[in-house]
Amino acid sequence: MSGGEGAIVQFDNVGLRYGTEREVLSDIAFTLYPGSFYFLTGASGAGKTSLLKLLYLAQRPSRGIIRMFGGDVITLPRNRLPAFRRRIGVVFQDFRLVPHLSAFDNVALPLRVSGVPESEIRKPVGDMLDWVGLDQRAEARPATLSGGEQQRVAIARAVIARPEILVADEPTGNVDPDMALKLLRLFEALNRLGTTVVVATHDVHLLKKVPDSLIMRLDRGRLSDPTGALRYPPRREVAAQ
Amino acid sequence: MKSRLASGDRLVPQARLGGPMPWVIAIMIALTVIAAGAGLALRNLAENARNEIEGGLTVQIVEGAPAARESQAEIAVALLTNRDDVAEVRRVPEQELDALLEPWLGQEGVAGPDALPIPALIDVQLKGPVTEQRLAELQSALAAIPSARLDAQARWLQPVFDAVASLQWMAFGLILLLAATSAAAVWLAARSALGANHETIEIIHLLGGTDAQIARIFQRSIGLDAAIGGLTGLLLGLGAILLLGRQFAGLGSGMVAGGEFGMADWAILAAIPVTGILLATFTARVTVLAALRRIL
Repeated sequence: MSGGEGAIVQFDNVGLRYGTEREVLSDIAFTLYPGSFYFLTGASGAGKTSLLKLLYLAQRPSRGIIRMFGGDVITLPRNRLPAFRRRIGVVFQDFRLVPHLSAFDNVALPLRVSGVPESEIRKPVGDMLDWVGLDQRAEARPATLSGGEQQRVAIARAVIARPEILVADEPTGNVDPDMALKLLRLFEALNRLGTTVVVATHDVHLLKKVPDSLIMRLDRGRLSDPTGALRYPPRREVAAQ
Repeated sequence: MKSRLASGDRLVPQARLGGPMPWVIAIMIALTVIAAGAGLALRNLAENARNEIEGGLTVQIVEGAPAARESQAEIAVALLTNRDDVAEVRRVPEQELDALLEPWLGQEGVAGPDALPIPALIDVQLKGPVTEQRLAELQSALAAIPSARLDAQARWLQPVFDAVASLQWMAFGLILLLAATSAAAVWLAARSALGANHETIEIIHLLGGTDAQIARIFQRSIGLDAAIGGLTGLLLGLGAILLLGRQFAGLGSGMVAGGEFGMADWAILAAIPVTGILLATFTARVTVLAALRRIL
């Protein structure tokens, strides 16, 4: 794929298969640019989560080239991956909160992993919990939180370290419409600060709520490009009319 | 950037004293301390005994006629006393010999008219250890005394020394086995903790945690278990050693008394739990890093 200058992420001819099964992703090629907002859509089983796993470096592809932050992550030594992962915020579909830690400690985890001193953790984590409406639940363990509350903790954890890329897998699946809108506004705010946002969703109503977003659609492991997001330069147009 | 997870201890829930690990380590350390204590006591005992008898030999004058026996014994004492390589010569008094033999031969056997002729015994202490060459030289020096027989004490105690050496090697082997078993127990515990906390580890990994950070969490956790277990094991082991020492001291045997510990021996015993903690921490680190290398 040509024309990747200034790209934050570049996939070229990427395929992914688990074991000896057929490919779950085939011939994936796209480019993400800093400060863009992307929706990744597709039916269940289309390969959205697999594509996101490649994006947040939980998986290496079976073939193809992936470049991120200017580096080739396929040939990148394993011990250099953590530094790349710290630049990516992830909202997992199943939240993946650490069950033994409080909401506060879960949100603080990316900062602690990055070596931020304890004295510089309390305020931003408190502010973030306040923003997602969980300041009163800071000491609660995930098991005592509702699905929506867990999702908000997961989102707070994903954005606390101001990642360069935010990857969210169905981030509004367990929250009410008001909270879903509020979370989208948070993503937009981060996006305006320069964070590249990729939100996987099958909720078509969400697509209408973010002007200037670009849409990538997965269909049985192959990518289509309804908004021209994958072209170079990308054709910015409002996603769903 | 090298960073540390401040909340690392809380990431992996601890069983501590409620869990089996500190107790497994405590038992291993206690057994190791007892085995090492036994090995050290045997070494000290063998060294003391060897030092005592390495230059010792006995000259027997095996002569039936009391007068001839007496004169030959006197000549032998005189000959030996004049030698430069002899440190001490002592004729064992007849009363002492009688007292030694009386339990077996009875009063009549040692002092009565039908008493058995008992050889005259001369204890000789050479300067330095008895060697075959020195023994041959003494033999030729005593050639003029036809009934003189020479016996190096170390020679007839050699089987005892060999047995003590075997016991020492056995204690050493036991320590190695216990160390290997402890390492295996820690390996299993680390594997089990890894399995139980797989989700947490994967999350930390995906948030950018390094292998070293994750390994440190487990190292700290198992190190603490090992410290608790090591201290408990040391106290148990020392208790057993002191109890056994008191009972052996009650035997009143000079040889057994030679097995008592010096400062260096106590230091070696105290170093066992420290070594155990280091071994446990190292094993945990190697196990966790090897397991983490298998995930991306």
